[in-house]
Amino acid sequence: MHRDAIRYKTFSRRSVILLGGKLTLLSGLVGRMYYLQIVQGEKYKTLADENRISLKLIAPKRGRILDRFGRPMAINQQNYRVMLVPENTSDLEFSLTQLGKIIPLNKQDILRIKRKLKRKRRFMPLMLRENLDWNDVAKIEVNAAELPGIEIDVGESRFYPAGSETVSVLGYVSRVSEKELTGNPLLELPGFRTGKAGIEKVRDLDLRGKSGTTQVEVNAFGRQIRELERREGQSGAETYLTIDMDLQKFVSRRLAKQAASAVVMDVHTGEILALVSTPGFDPNAFNRGLSNSEWKALVSNPRAPLNNKAIAGQYAPGSTFKMIVALAALKKGIVTPRTKYFCSGELELGNSIFHCWKKGGHGNMSMVNAIVQSCDVYFYEIALRTGIDNISAMARRLGLGQILDIELSGEKRGLIPTRAWKKRVKRVSWQKGETLLAGIGQGLILATPLQLVVMMARLVNGGKAVLPRLAIDSLLTNDGSELSNGSEFSDLGIDTLYLNLMKTAMTKVTTSPVGTAYKARIRKPGYQYGGKTGTVQVRRISEAERESESGVKKNKDLKWAERDHALFVGYAPVESPRYAVSVVVEHGGGGSTTAAPIAKDILFEVQKRYSSRSRINGQPDPNGPASLNKNNIGG
Amino acid sequence: MAKSPFRQSDMNLGQRLWQINWSFVLLISITASIGFGMLYSAANGSFDPWASRQMLRFIAGVFLMLIVAVIDIHVWLRYAYLIYLISLLLLLVVEFSGTIGMGAQRWIDLGVFTIQPSEIMKISIILLLARYFYASRLEDVSRISHLLMPILLMVIPAVLIVRQPDLGTSVLLIATGIAMLFVVGVRIWMFILGAFVTIGAIIPLWQFVLRDYQKARLLTFINPERDPLGAGYHILQSKIALGSGGLFGKGFMGGSQSHLSFLPEKQTDFIFTMLAEEFGLVGGLLLIALYILLLVYAFVMSLRCRSQFGRLIGIGVSTSFFLNVFVNIAMVMGLVPVVGMPLPLISYGGTAMLTLMFSFGLLLCVYIHRDVQISPGSADGD
Repeated sequence: MHRDAIRYKTFSRRSVILLGGKLTLLSGLVGRMYYLQIVQGEKYKTLADENRISLKLIAPKRGRILDRFGRPMAINQQNYRVMLVPENTSDLEFSLTQLGKIIPLNKQDILRIKRKLKRKRRFMPLMLRENLDWNDVAKIEVNAAELPGIEIDVGESRFYPAGSETVSVLGYVSRVSEKELTGNPLLELPGFRTGKAGIEKVRDLDLRGKSGTTQVEVNAFGRQIRELERREGQSGAETYLTIDMDLQKFVSRRLAKQAASAVVMDVHTGEILALVSTPGFDPNAFNRGLSNSEWKALVSNPRAPLNNKAIAGQYAPGSTFKMIVALAALKKGIVTPRTKYFCSGELELGNSIFHCWKKGGHGNMSMVNAIVQSCDVYFYEIALRTGIDNISAMARRLGLGQILDIELSGEKRGLIPTRAWKKRVKRVSWQKGETLLAGIGQGLILATPLQLVVMMARLVNGGKAVLPRLAIDSLLTNDGSELSNGSEFSDLGIDTLYLNLMKTAMTKVTTSPVGTAYKARIRKPGYQYGGKTGTVQVRRISEAERESESGVKKNKDLKWAERDHALFVGYAPVESPRYAVSVVVEHGGGGSTTAAPIAKDILFEVQKRYSSRSRINGQPDPNGPASLNKNNIGG
Repeated sequence: MAKSPFRQSDMNLGQRLWQINWSFVLLISITASIGFGMLYSAANGSFDPWASRQMLRFIAGVFLMLIVAVIDIHVWLRYAYLIYLISLLLLLVVEFSGTIGMGAQRWIDLGVFTIQPSEIMKISIILLLARYFYASRLEDVSRISHLLMPILLMVIPAVLIVRQPDLGTSVLLIATGIAMLFVVGVRIWMFILGAFVTIGAIIPLWQFVLRDYQKARLLTFINPERDPLGAGYHILQSKIALGSGGLFGKGFMGGSQSHLSFLPEKQTDFIFTMLAEEFGLVGGLLLIALYILLLVYAFVMSLRCRSQFGRLIGIGVSTSFFLNVFVNIAMVMGLVPVVGMPLPLISYGGTAMLTLMFSFGLLLCVYIHRDVQISPGSADGD
């Protein structure tokens, strides 16, 4: 029994030690809990919140673009998409088969869907098709019961109601390219679009708006459980353009099937009423995403639809340049309005012979007659006497050879050469023959249709240095409601007498039976217009061809790419000029036969449209920004 | 000295039930109820699928416990070796034809239900050691020769279980055995010797026995950030959940970590984390306090026993229970490797619940027979 007692004593002593050890270890756990929950509690709370809260961006609505009357040019359309939520269907095959009865799904589509599904979590929706039409949406909604896992989802996508007819102004939006990524998370949102050309590009930051955020509680697999907090973003600014959408469409249709461009401008305010380059392309297709073949077709088209010819097409202005030469000569005092030169049909300079377009010549020509009949020899004569630098200075004064800062991307400078320029860039001296060619707007001189319309406007608006404008907000004066009347433009310092002489001459171009655009005149009283034709050779005419029996080949006998460019710059009405237009038809043939009729139609249309209106802007229009002021833009 | 009826094993059923330590049973029930609540929360406020089944199992467990408790302690003494042998055989069966579950070979499928021999072994080893040492004198346990056999019988199942692979149970088995060797009076220097032998054995163990995933767990345990999306993810998320609970927790069913599935196996191994997330330090302390109370009870019941057999069973059961609690909680706090060990009475799981209740039954049996003398020869049936 004694032994038992010792054994029991050992047993109890060691049991107490054991229990003590256990309790020590457990208090160690308590200490650890205290450390994790109290000492480091805040840190772990933050970590837990980071775990559970996922911050998401809400894409802002892109600002609409409206024409001068508030008619939508670029809007956001509801984009109906079919989504598949894998976890909501027990039989994927069945769902897809059923869906295939409504929207066509071929075997490849189904394989592609299945491949994508493997990489997705079962609750993450997969987009099957977007831009559904309303019919399909309705069918899917009606048959929802037989389409487990199929859902309709509404997103927003840019839509241009007038499509290709407004693309030269608006440009387009498309998916964000990798180059564009700046670290701004907005750009990484799926489906986000940025402006790639036109107003959409230049005003992209304003149009985008500000993104909102939403805090979503997510579980470990990324599934959204609920929304905790939402901060709405700010829609992009609504942008009013100076464009008259109907006129834009009219011009666009008038130029259809040509490689051409036309710009219509208010000569006083510089507001661009229409700016068209054809052939256009469908901006909605860019938004959707082009197929490879669509892209190739656009790029390989010889009429270059992607080139905005109105601002980026650089052409020799041809005879439309003659007013500049005349003004330069008058300013220099080389000629008076009454000075006459004899046109024999050609002019010899050194070893070269320079021809007038009229074989046999015009005879004695005064300045007005020379413009009306577009006599080349007259302008060879005065150009030679005026000198290239004086001509160039006048050209620059009238808006050529410079960037005019219209809010479109890709505007080109054109080229107005001087002696110094040639020496510097070409490293050769200026030749007299080049001055001769400059006299008829050929040779090195290049201008864009936008520059030509500005030139026209400056010729007829009383000599004001008007600049083109596309967005209405830039025309608001500081005190708010009044649109600019153009009075802020500075005077060009050209004698009004000379300008009036130009107007007289340009009026006669369409009203005198010998005028180059007489056939394209407007007969309706009060609607007459003035202007100047231009025909620009794109090939060299050899002496042999000139002397041959059939003479210089007619345009219709030439290949398209060898035909002359047809130009016209015009204005209307002749009494108090308000609208200027420039028309360039690439390889269109003659200025008087091709370009002038187009300019006539445009100028007639624009006068008709505004005849009942005292002003272009500020007239009562129920839909339009009748009295725009800064406060309601984008509001 | 007049023999009280309780000094002998010839008590009738009523007397035995009367002798049960009902306050201990109550304590068990309270603890288990906390578990029901947590399982209810784990299912986002539903008795289905865990809480309701766990309740049924607990009720079944209580009956099992009472049956075990009222069985004559001599029966356990007599069949201790047999039970051990059967458990060992079952372990061998899993070794060769176990069902794969949770990436580990642990179950035998009997059609109606599955049994987990390693869980049974946890009890068998206690019975085995209690049986082996109940008559040993201090002089006996001083001899290594006397200890070789029980150590061998401990190591064999431990190795089998490690190969399943179930490192946690294996360590628990050995540790329980060591605790029992300690209380029977094995000399301290022998433990030191044993420690050296073990360290010498660990090197080949690391190289040849441990599976890659076990090594990974051990390595990640040392530095959980080693692989924050892989092996360390569970520990890290568990620490975040626990730590973010703060003093009072996020409220019942309000644990974002648990309910948003950041916490792995919240209804089983990581249920303590969920409790600490939802009830904070206060809730965690309360549960630990309950466990301490249970441990102290078990300690008192063991020492109160007149027979060495009963005392050893008591110490074995309470040590095994303690180890379960400690390893689980330490595991979810990132103090020991994630070995896959449920929290007693709280975690969802059938076999674990039934074995635990079985062992509590043994403890109660010891308590009922606390005054019964067991003479050295009684194992052979008197």
